[in-house]
Amino acid sequence: MKTKNKTVYQESLDKGYSRRDFMKLAAMMTAYMGLQSSAIGQVAKALETNVRPTVIWLHFQECTGCTESFIKTSHPLVADILLDTISLDYTETLMATSGEAAETALHTSLKKNYGNYILLVEGAIPTANDGVYCVIGGRKATDILEEAAKGAQAVVTWGSCASNGGVQAAYPNPTGAKPIEKFVSGKPIIQVPGCPPIGEVMAAIITQFIVFGKVPELDGHGRPKAFYGRRVHDTCYRRPYFDAGLFVETYDDANAKKGYCLYKVGCKGPTTYNACATTKWNEGISYPIQSGHGCLGCSEAGFWDVPFYERIPNVAGAGIEATADKIGAAAAVGVAVGVTAHSVATYIRKGKIVDKHIKDGDLNN
Amino acid sequence: MAKRLVIDPVTRIEGHLRVEVEVKNGIVTDAYSSGTMVRLMEEIVKGRDPRDVWAFAGRVCGVCTTVHSLASVRSVEDALGIKIPPNAELVRNIMFTSQYLQDHVVHFYQLHALDWVDIVASLKADPNQTSAIARSISPWPKSSPGYFKSVQDRIKKFVESGQLGIFANGYWGHKQYKLSPEVNLLAVAHYLEALDWQKEIVKVHAIFGGKNPHPNYLVGGMAAPINMDEPGTINMERLNFVHQVLKDAKTFVDQVYIPDVLAIAPQYLDWAAIGGGLHNYLSFGDLPVNGINDPSSFKFPAGAILNRDLSKVHPVNPKDESEIKEFIKHSWYSYDGGDDVGLHPWNGESKMNYTGPEPPYDQLNVEDKYSWVKTPRWKGHAMEVGPLSRMLVGYALKRDEFVDIIDSSLAKLNAPVEALFSTLGRTAARAFESALVANWGLEFFDQLITNIKNGDTRMANTEKWEPSSWPSEAKGIGFSEAPRGALGHWIKIKDEKVDNYQMVVPSTWNSSPRDHKGQRSSYEESLIGTPVADPKQPVEVLRTIHSFDPCMACAVHLYDEKGEYRHQLEIF
Repeated sequence: MKTKNKTVYQESLDKGYSRRDFMKLAAMMTAYMGLQSSAIGQVAKALETNVRPTVIWLHFQECTGCTESFIKTSHPLVADILLDTISLDYTETLMATSGEAAETALHTSLKKNYGNYILLVEGAIPTANDGVYCVIGGRKATDILEEAAKGAQAVVTWGSCASNGGVQAAYPNPTGAKPIEKFVSGKPIIQVPGCPPIGEVMAAIITQFIVFGKVPELDGHGRPKAFYGRRVHDTCYRRPYFDAGLFVETYDDANAKKGYCLYKVGCKGPTTYNACATTKWNEGISYPIQSGHGCLGCSEAGFWDVPFYERIPNVAGAGIEATADKIGAAAAVGVAVGVTAHSVATYIRKGKIVDKHIKDGDLNN
Repeated sequence: MAKRLVIDPVTRIEGHLRVEVEVKNGIVTDAYSSGTMVRLMEEIVKGRDPRDVWAFAGRVCGVCTTVHSLASVRSVEDALGIKIPPNAELVRNIMFTSQYLQDHVVHFYQLHALDWVDIVASLKADPNQTSAIARSISPWPKSSPGYFKSVQDRIKKFVESGQLGIFANGYWGHKQYKLSPEVNLLAVAHYLEALDWQKEIVKVHAIFGGKNPHPNYLVGGMAAPINMDEPGTINMERLNFVHQVLKDAKTFVDQVYIPDVLAIAPQYLDWAAIGGGLHNYLSFGDLPVNGINDPSSFKFPAGAILNRDLSKVHPVNPKDESEIKEFIKHSWYSYDGGDDVGLHPWNGESKMNYTGPEPPYDQLNVEDKYSWVKTPRWKGHAMEVGPLSRMLVGYALKRDEFVDIIDSSLAKLNAPVEALFSTLGRTAARAFESALVANWGLEFFDQLITNIKNGDTRMANTEKWEPSSWPSEAKGIGFSEAPRGALGHWIKIKDEKVDNYQMVVPSTWNSSPRDHKGQRSSYEESLIGTPVADPKQPVEVLRTIHSFDPCMACAVHLYDEKGEYRHQLEIF
């Protein structure tokens, strides 16, 4: 078996394409990525010199839901990612080999690609009782993570467990579960929260990093802005009902059958930053609100400790249109933004949930 | 301590599983299975709103996602006496069948096939012959020589790149791989097609539950309202979508999955005599067609088979406190009454008691405690749960659909019914039941349409939605058949909060350590007698372990007897 890694350029030549054809491909990709034509040379160079980037995927305290979500991506297809885009050298869920041979594959890759691989982590790390609550191959999760993170170019934390501790870190957090950022320093960490994150979003984050060669723009929580830059509430197709004061009062009531806003039955869309309402789920088929259930807020730290069917108190803006014929309504609209910030802040103070939003000043985004 | 062959991590599963086996003269003489990760979900749900628990319970597993949520809402509905509308039952059943189809297909192709299929050997195949084989076993349209050539070229390019990714260090070339290059190529092509297809079937979950994995459930029914005249509800477009996906699923199962299993099995008939393990099989039953309180109407019947005696099916009642007990003799917990007693989940207790070696370690002390998984027993018997148990119970009860598919398939393989008590039988049973649930999914869909047509658009019963309407104390059980087997969630509600919550899940039955009497559980027992040609490449051990479709995160959990009753969560 040959062991030489081929670049895209080499492969093009092998397939009988000329240098000229190759440059056309580079130009097309450049345009596709939305870059100016001056970047063609850069893209061509990347295609000439890059082999499939090495990716290592670790599992700790998790349910494998993030992996399951990842393999549901429709664009690109996961088979295309695995065969053509990346070299996934370690992942317990899909790799062929087990036990010692799997560990050898991991160590060989970590060594060979030191400084050049992307580390993906699914799951939280238990710290109580000296870490005996997650042991793989006889080794503690902390030791495995430390070793793998050392030579990583960047670390991606898949899902809420890796990003903020997840379900096992919910009160009373019996295993002392902590997120990955508590154990890794000195390199970029891309936080991709969600329980799980959307498959297409996961694929986009990996491929964006690979195609553009740099970490995507992140918000104050280390989340890619492209997918976590807007509240579900702001992009929700039911937002007009919220603004009009038309609400579902109880599940499956007459208003539910009209598709009204789910705010009153506990929807956390107003405090949740995610792409559910824009990218949607499973190739854009639906998202929780579209299927009649309130948003659980699963991409926000601490969401597990906020009762799912309890209404977020006083989210201003509700019923703006319903009261528009009343005198003074215009003033109410004028202060809506300020009131929103105030009411959400009150809620957050109670729940200690998204206080970082306030610090970052992005509540009004 | 005897030196053992240790396989850790066991990959291509959900969660973290470690297997230690003793091999003498090329045969496994003893085996130990250990769950090495724990999250303590039962402790976490205590003190919460029972209506919220389905979301926590669902996160027990992202692979068999949805069945734990189903068991959870059923437990609350049982405790509170809530009867859900027929539409909600049908939608839950449709989601259940979709889950099975996705899970079983992914298991066969992505998680199990590489134990039987040599990817590298497929490069030597003649695509013309592969095409001829494919066309002889199935009308599936993607069967031309050109198609298989393109798959082969793709794999060739991949292998020559030298970056083997997930296929690196596989046991390629192992003499236990017995398929011809042509059948290997067929299987590799379908590995890729199945990967592509499995994301389609779960769109059913996205439509009714908003997303997959972890679709949304609701105590009292389902959240997705029905209204043919609204764009944002379950309307005709959504229903047509579901119908199409279910029809495509049936086609995939009938034309790809079943034919592949029947094409590969004859090459591995020796595995019809290996890996049988326990002689006892348990099913709680599921897929109600007349409500959860009428088990006689279930598509998957409940029952227990002892000593492989298919002439008798013992009744099973997960509510009977004398039937199911959990033991911890070899698990890292302690009971007030000592390590030898067994406790029914209602009366369960657990205190974390890690006594294992300090990591890093090479070997577990199996004489003492060696797993985070507890050991459940049914009337004292170690039981196997899962597709094989379900199919055997249906077969023993002489249900026509079960008898038809089992007898006709065994006839094609020229194998007796005893062949099912094996590693191969377990894998075949999963395929057989996929064919059944693919049909049932379409039946449930038709019933849903009929019900709506008759004017019933109810999807949830919210009469007892408000906690103030509940009794001060209540208890219930939600049982189901997860893809991997019998599943039960027990809940106690007190003062509108969860007072106690316990799960006895499929992998707890199958993967548990020995009990207080030294009886092995399914994984351990099934490995006894397994040949191991090369301890460096223990593909045979993995074949049997993978035949159970191990799913470990659900298997390890903890609760305490009374716990500290939490009136409120700390942060509020």
